[in-house]
Amino acid sequence: MARITVNVDGVSYSDEVEPRTLLVHYLRETLGKVGTVVGCDTSNCGACTVHLDGESVKSCTVLAVQADGHEVTTIEGLSSGGELHPMQRAFHEHHALQCGYCTPGMIMAACSLLKDNPDPSEQEVREGLEGNLCRCTGYQNIVKAVRAAAQETAASAAPASEPVTAGGAR
Amino acid sequence: MTAVDERPGRELGNPRPRKEDERLITGRTRWTDNIVLPGMLHVAFARSPFAHARITSIDTAAAAASSGVVTVLTGADLDAEQGSLPTAWPITPDMKAPRHPAVAVDHVAFAGEIVAVVVARSAREARDAVELVDVEYDELPVVLDMEAALADGADLAHPDLGTNASATWVFDSAQAGTGADVEEAIATARESGVVIERRFRQQRLVPAFMEPRSVVVDPTGDQTTLYSATQVPHIVRVMMALVTGVPESKIRVVAPDVGGGFGGKLQFTPEELVTFLVARRLGKPLKATETRTESIMTGHHGRDQIQKLTLAATKDGTVTGLKVELLADMGAYLGLVTPGVPILGAFMFNAIYKFPAYHFSCTNVFTNKTWTDAYRGAGRPEATFGIERMMDELAVELGRDPIEVREQNWIKHEEFPFTTVCGLQYDSGNYEAATARAKELFDYDALRREQAERRQRNDPVQLGIGVSTFTEMCGLAPSRVLGSLSYAAGGWESASIRMLPTGKVEVVTGTSPHGQGHETSWGQIVADRLGVPFEDVEVLHGDTAVSPKGLDTYGSRSLVVGGIAVVKAADKVIEKARVVAAHLLEANPDDLEFANGSFTVRGTDQSKSISELAFAAFAAHNLPDGVEPSLDSEATFDPENFSFPHGTHLCATEVDTETGQVRIRTYVCVDDVGDVVNPLIVEGQVHGGLAQGISQALYEEAVHDEQGTLTTATFVDYLVPSAVDLPHYTTDRTVTPSTTNPLGVKGVGEAGTIASTPAVVNSVLDAVRHLGVRDIDMPMSPQRVWKALQHGASSTSGGELPDAASAGGDAPVVDMTAPTDPGEAGPSVDVAGAQDQPIIGGQPGDDAEGRRP
Repeated sequence: MARITVNVDGVSYSDEVEPRTLLVHYLRETLGKVGTVVGCDTSNCGACTVHLDGESVKSCTVLAVQADGHEVTTIEGLSSGGELHPMQRAFHEHHALQCGYCTPGMIMAACSLLKDNPDPSEQEVREGLEGNLCRCTGYQNIVKAVRAAAQETAASAAPASEPVTAGGAR
Repeated sequence: MTAVDERPGRELGNPRPRKEDERLITGRTRWTDNIVLPGMLHVAFARSPFAHARITSIDTAAAAASSGVVTVLTGADLDAEQGSLPTAWPITPDMKAPRHPAVAVDHVAFAGEIVAVVVARSAREARDAVELVDVEYDELPVVLDMEAALADGADLAHPDLGTNASATWVFDSAQAGTGADVEEAIATARESGVVIERRFRQQRLVPAFMEPRSVVVDPTGDQTTLYSATQVPHIVRVMMALVTGVPESKIRVVAPDVGGGFGGKLQFTPEELVTFLVARRLGKPLKATETRTESIMTGHHGRDQIQKLTLAATKDGTVTGLKVELLADMGAYLGLVTPGVPILGAFMFNAIYKFPAYHFSCTNVFTNKTWTDAYRGAGRPEATFGIERMMDELAVELGRDPIEVREQNWIKHEEFPFTTVCGLQYDSGNYEAATARAKELFDYDALRREQAERRQRNDPVQLGIGVSTFTEMCGLAPSRVLGSLSYAAGGWESASIRMLPTGKVEVVTGTSPHGQGHETSWGQIVADRLGVPFEDVEVLHGDTAVSPKGLDTYGSRSLVVGGIAVVKAADKVIEKARVVAAHLLEANPDDLEFANGSFTVRGTDQSKSISELAFAAFAAHNLPDGVEPSLDSEATFDPENFSFPHGTHLCATEVDTETGQVRIRTYVCVDDVGDVVNPLIVEGQVHGGLAQGISQALYEEAVHDEQGTLTTATFVDYLVPSAVDLPHYTTDRTVTPSTTNPLGVKGVGEAGTIASTPAVVNSVLDAVRHLGVRDIDMPMSPQRVWKALQHGASSTSGGELPDAASAGGDAPVVDMTAPTDPGEAGPSVDVAGAQDQPIIGGQPGDDAEGRRP
């Protein structure tokens, strides 16, 4: 067993874990963060995507021990103060989800994409989300939502020149 | 336009973002695998690595001694209780169906079958112990090829059955009295017209819902509760009772948030049955969640047909007859509706056309591959693919434009209602309008010009234009028709509405959404009907304790059957409220007008709102004599007909003749699904359907090697397309309301999938046909396209007409025009007689108490 200390969604946790434990299993089974889900065993689907120190990672491809001393944000920690993150709101408004199983990972990956490219073209969104599979939507509304969130974030960030933070828009 | 549509501020037609979203975008979800119960143990399954083998011994000692393991059970340990998984669709009286034990006892018929069950404290301990289960097998010859499987002396997928043929089902328009004789039409066309003969392959597909299946069983109450990632909680409950003999009233089934299905979760699974039996045996809650590889290997697959089609036409392009001969791969076992999947396509090969003669036969074949069953469209994509490929082939043969040839043969809008050569009555449609709109959005003529230019200059990138029209029979289904097709259940749907004293409204539906947004759409329907705010309507579903009656969600049935049941229940509420309102307003009920949620005495300002009346009924202080104190109402709706959406899809592809790469440049579809409740949701359904249909054309295939091992058992090898693999879709709708339901709506869930596959394939072939290519098998991978171009002819099966083992024998003719008494196919009837697999449950046997350990 190995002892790790991880900050997840703003709370610090210290736990003994089996070295083989995947981050996604630690989140779901030890911390009860079941908003993050498992969709495949091969790091293809991206349903388990979270942020590790602000960068998106597939939490089925990260060992819990690798998160020791780091900060993890899951879908459950994305919004704050009872207000949805602009990406969450855009997914809702543009009907970018149906069954919703891929959605937590898709939203986390999309936030990460905008951090690297604040104004992506349609093709850039498609390429940027290539590692996240959705079986319901055919992706068109996801692309639309991500671009809408980019515009909203740019519009709200410009006057105050604030960084993109959870719930910061509007 | 209906009267409802003209009301100001209406919800019907409002593209309202979904109320379901809030929990899904914040991670406050209730997937089955999220459930944790006190004392819960975990299940993992040892599975056969062989496609066909005898089990000679199983040693569970090492697994049982492993850390945290509570018990290890084999098929022998469970055999007295497990019976057989059922099929609900005996398509012929003599259909062959092997027994399907949830845990194999001495014989495995496909790779992935469960051979042992490990129960442990944690999922990881259970999986670790699975590795220690020692099973010895004697391998048997594997049956993989349907045509070889039907040859004399073929190896057998199930040696005990004596044959690989499960059943042969035939429809003949001359025998049914719905049309002419197809052989005569073909003979005449051979002399003086055109006969097109083709063989197509519908590859095997994996539904690939994103949420792996999971089941949790809690036996600790008086009722046993089963949570499952299923599309069909009500059907699972009935099946569980019939198979185990546990009284249905002692079983509660819950489908919490369910992450997609596409037919793949329309099943009664071995995992559900085993988890239920073992949880009851141990008296402890159990959870079994599959890995993605288990999901792909052992969840049922879809499609997998060989189609031999013969089309007769006059030289001017009028089709005079169509003959369809199918082989359909059942895989190793018959699931809930496996045998009927190709039959759902039997009435759709004539599609939107006025064919005077039609013959259909299908032989269902067993192989040692994963079982097949419903996958989005179920039978109708196969049919649409077949006929839309043939209409293109006819156009090529005659040197005509493919849209013109279709128009020459399709049903004109003024000819509705139209009775087809299969005896179905299409209620409404306007194929001209949808096609005209699609051509306009596509800029058809400009693309044809560009195509000609590229051909002229031998551009390495050739342009193809693909056409597909479609209609489908969905909204499953009129119960009497299902009875005539020997399906064991009905096709009705149930809804109830509870008027709460505080003015809020609860709608209980028997449909079971897993992404379709019923909480929103049903809320919109009821808000409009009762004149209450959308926010005041709560929609409850997916729990047999809350929604005791229903037939669940599949076959594009939810709105056109379940949504109409909601309408009928709301209308009953209004009629009950009218009596109370008349009493309180001291008026004649006939003098009351109901609008915008209130009853008003005509010509006065005297009124009572529906929420005031709900409170009056709750208080019950002042009700008319003999009137019960409740406005709550229930309705069960059995549709009078199927729903027949239609549409025209146009696809432009660029085919790189040097690499075989296909790129979709433009995709336009104009669907007609009648009136719509929520355009946002309808468009989303179309998008998702398109993605799956396009993906069948270009990307997906479940591949077995010569040992019967599935080589595409992960998402590394099974290509579920990502955002870069799919195009932007241009979608639009024409509106030709259905005349067979009060909302004028038609099904939409499967439409995109049904129409898009042939549009893409026709497009690719249109790009390269002038280079000598006649056909390319799906999926049209760069390798296949490139090879076809190298050969300047078809790749594997296309174009050739081999002596495919054609359907024959003494199959019964099912007469759609003379339905049998639906009671004849009731759940207690074992239609299959002497067979081993029960037709819905078989012999239930002992009662619940007798089955407890």
